[in-house]
Amino acid sequence: MSSHVADTVENAIATPDKVQPYGALGLKDDEYAEIRKILGRRPTSGELAMYSVMWSEHCSYKSSKIYLRQFGQKVSEKMKEKLMVGMGENAGVVDVGEGWAVTFKVESHNHPSYIEPFQGAATGVGGIVRDIISMGARPVAVMDQLRFGAIDHPDTPRVLHGVVGGISFYGNCLGLPNIGGETYFDACYQGNPLVNALSVGVLRHEDLHLANASGVGNKIVLFGARTGGDGIGGASILASDSFDSTGPTKRPAVQVGDPFAEKVLIECCLELYREGLVEGIQDLGAAGISCATSELASNGDGGMFVELDHVLLRDPTLTAEEILMSESQERMMAVVKPELLDQFMAVVNKWDVETSVLGEVTDTGRLIIHHGGEEIVNVDPRTVAIDGPVYERPVAYPTWIDALQADSADKLARPTSGAELKDQFLTLVASPNLADKSLITTQYDYFVMGNTALSFPDDAGMIRVDEESGLGFAIATDANGRYCQLDPYQGARLALAEAYRNVAVSGAVPAAVTDCLNFGSPENPEVMWQFKQAVAGLADGCLELEIPVTGGNVSFYNQTGDAPIHPTPVVGVLGVIDDVARRIPSAWQDEGNNIYLLGFTRTELDGSAWAGTIHNHLGGVPPVVDLNQEKELADLLQGAAIESLILSAHDLSDGGLGQALAESVSRFGVGARIWLDEIIERDGVDAATALFSESTGRVIVSVPREDDVRFVGLCEARNYPVLRIGVTDQGGADAKLDVQGLFEVSVDEIRQRSNETLPKYFG
Amino acid sequence: MRVGVITFPGSLDERDAQRAVKLAGGTPVALWHGAHDLEGVEAIILPGGFSYGDYLRAGSIASHAPIMAEVIDAAHKGMPVLGICNGFQMLAEARLVPGAHGRNDCGTFVRRDQKLIVENNNTAWTKDFAQGEEIIIPLKNADGRFVADADTIKRIEDNGQVTFRYVGVNPNGSLDDIAGVSNKAGNVVGLMPHPEHAVEPGFGPDTAAAMRSGLDGLKFFTSVIQSTLLSKA
Repeated sequence: MSSHVADTVENAIATPDKVQPYGALGLKDDEYAEIRKILGRRPTSGELAMYSVMWSEHCSYKSSKIYLRQFGQKVSEKMKEKLMVGMGENAGVVDVGEGWAVTFKVESHNHPSYIEPFQGAATGVGGIVRDIISMGARPVAVMDQLRFGAIDHPDTPRVLHGVVGGISFYGNCLGLPNIGGETYFDACYQGNPLVNALSVGVLRHEDLHLANASGVGNKIVLFGARTGGDGIGGASILASDSFDSTGPTKRPAVQVGDPFAEKVLIECCLELYREGLVEGIQDLGAAGISCATSELASNGDGGMFVELDHVLLRDPTLTAEEILMSESQERMMAVVKPELLDQFMAVVNKWDVETSVLGEVTDTGRLIIHHGGEEIVNVDPRTVAIDGPVYERPVAYPTWIDALQADSADKLARPTSGAELKDQFLTLVASPNLADKSLITTQYDYFVMGNTALSFPDDAGMIRVDEESGLGFAIATDANGRYCQLDPYQGARLALAEAYRNVAVSGAVPAAVTDCLNFGSPENPEVMWQFKQAVAGLADGCLELEIPVTGGNVSFYNQTGDAPIHPTPVVGVLGVIDDVARRIPSAWQDEGNNIYLLGFTRTELDGSAWAGTIHNHLGGVPPVVDLNQEKELADLLQGAAIESLILSAHDLSDGGLGQALAESVSRFGVGARIWLDEIIERDGVDAATALFSESTGRVIVSVPREDDVRFVGLCEARNYPVLRIGVTDQGGADAKLDVQGLFEVSVDEIRQRSNETLPKYFG
Repeated sequence: MRVGVITFPGSLDERDAQRAVKLAGGTPVALWHGAHDLEGVEAIILPGGFSYGDYLRAGSIASHAPIMAEVIDAAHKGMPVLGICNGFQMLAEARLVPGAHGRNDCGTFVRRDQKLIVENNNTAWTKDFAQGEEIIIPLKNADGRFVADADTIKRIEDNGQVTFRYVGVNPNGSLDDIAGVSNKAGNVVGLMPHPEHAVEPGFGPDTAAAMRSGLDGLKFFTSVIQSTLLSKA
């Protein structure tokens, strides 16, 4: 046991004037005053620790709450139909039919991943996976959305190798297929890379579990890894003289992950669920025991009593405050009926998972924590976990945005000759954000579990849920920070539209949304305006598409110096497919099939990859997005998929048609002959625009010749613009992309240009 | 035919191995590392994963698990035993097959659709292949570099104990491109790539014919299961 004597409630009453380091713990003067008011006395050091972490931006959403409410308000009846659990729980749960449900969520681990990229990214995966387990689900897939600084900056390799290594290490050891994600490079992320991690789990409806502590007398059990001194946010403060000088000194703020412990914990939890041994469950993530006890108690119907001495420690010198705040990984807290405790212990013992009973559910309405026989915490748990501060931060229309929007890419020189077009086409193919990402993705296992129907580089990842029926889900995520910088409202809708389209091209029906909103400092009114706009855009967009936001995460304070990152709202869309055997790959595999372009091409080069790569330009307004049209496109693709009319479908986004063609020929080495004349004529654009514009609502599909009439009939019946733009050609060593009348390029050259970029910097 | 698949703490591909056994016409039996009971199975698979977090050395701690006493005994008596990836590492640690494994020479985990050549089709797990057949099997590991001293390499080459070799790309720096080896009797086979991930259309490796269509892994399991069924018929 610790020699450190914690500050007791009795002591707090006796010494009301003791100066407390609340400022250094991140609490403002009025927040500290509010805590004193709630308690009717000064908080103990343990209570102060709990309030400070639970009222932090990360845990309390105090700056974002007033905006996030829209996701619950802008909903139609249809959006609620399939939603079993909405926002506010560890993760949202969606009914996918046949008695199955899917739970999914994306979360950020940005700041730790800059300080210590390997462990930061690894524990990001670990944390989101525990959220999924705590819903009662078996995790079945992960994805990562990564944004790094400039590819040629000297610090980027450190961050990239660490982050990718950490994800690979943790995800592969957990046995979870990594089925997709994003990798972008932009100088705005130099001092603040974004590492978002998404996980998906599946469960039978009856296995749904929630985080609440109900039933007086039920036991509070902590199991998994031991509690150590890692991941204590305010550690340097807690261990300083202001508290007590006998405690350990500096503690690392970044957690250390042990995927083996988590893998065992997953299997152990699933067995506990199967045997019906758990009443409520909560994972330990940010704010550790402080968060788990206060949230479980708040969501229950009574109070909770905990004896902190029963926490199994990795380091016996930890103080009570540190135990309360530690973010040691791979821990879960369960509520267990006393008569089932022996059976519970038998299961955890089978898996060699260390476990201790900390206390029980009470009817006091208070969360009471003892340490060394003394009362160190006595609070109303709701004041810690739920009724934290809410801010309406100042919002200001950015002073620079009108000038930025006026600076359109329309004035930039566009290539006209075949040679220039070819040169720019290849420059884009080789550009860091469009180049082949195998250097990263070959470090991820997508085979494990044997249910992966699609994964990178397909537009969406797809997993079979039911081996008998073939029922499955597809998932894709997107965010274009450049578009969001130009217009955060439209940018968020564009991210939603693209993720939605990526799910639709796989043959699945989009059903639900998760988001990870990465922004700069909320104390900057212009950033707050960006946030407000992006949330409104996303909420409005979801209402138009009639798919609900089921949960997600907000990450503020992403800045390099005083410069905020581009607003980066990562949007994940989940879709359902009756039978994964009907999935549609994103590249063609055989010659002699017709290639069709669905949708209109407009002159929309503002914020495009072309403007950024060729002209180093960011300005203007992002492409128009018509969500009703996206819906029609998705319906059309599903109709074609059900009738098996299409062999491949690939969405057009970053890099436009040119990049989609490059990816389609490179994937399986099957060439193509393409003609742009009809696009140019029908849409009134030039060749460069036809190739590089990023207009929305567009997809290229390949169709067997014998199904031509039916396919075109289907498009015309739905009044969706369709043009035959080419045919797939021979594969093999002579395979080429022939953009007729403009340029020819061998598939080998496209592959080589695409493949050489990342190894050049990170090989 | 009952084929046991052992679950160790940190095993990952045991459900895939069970599915493969089923697709090959056998009956998978889930065995537990902590038991001293093979439950009457006629063949055993040590699946892939990161048993015990690969702490100490990959496969090292698992090779001392309680059930391994029975596995080693059965292997010496001729029962077919297949070790896949982490299972291969366990077999090497238990000295049931020659050699050992080091970190991939590239330094990272590698996942790829790997071409192999069947160097010996005269083992319990390779009977259904043609000698010299080229197959595509998913590979995914961090510690897959096969190493052995020069005498051992010469001995296993001479004895025909090199069962599979990498073709085209040696993904991890294995000596002599060795991807899999057997014991001298040929009933125990270990390999780095994962045949259980190439057994079902739509979920296997890419082939020249189509995406995710590779089924070459199935023959590992049919080699044991079908020949046993035939011998009983």
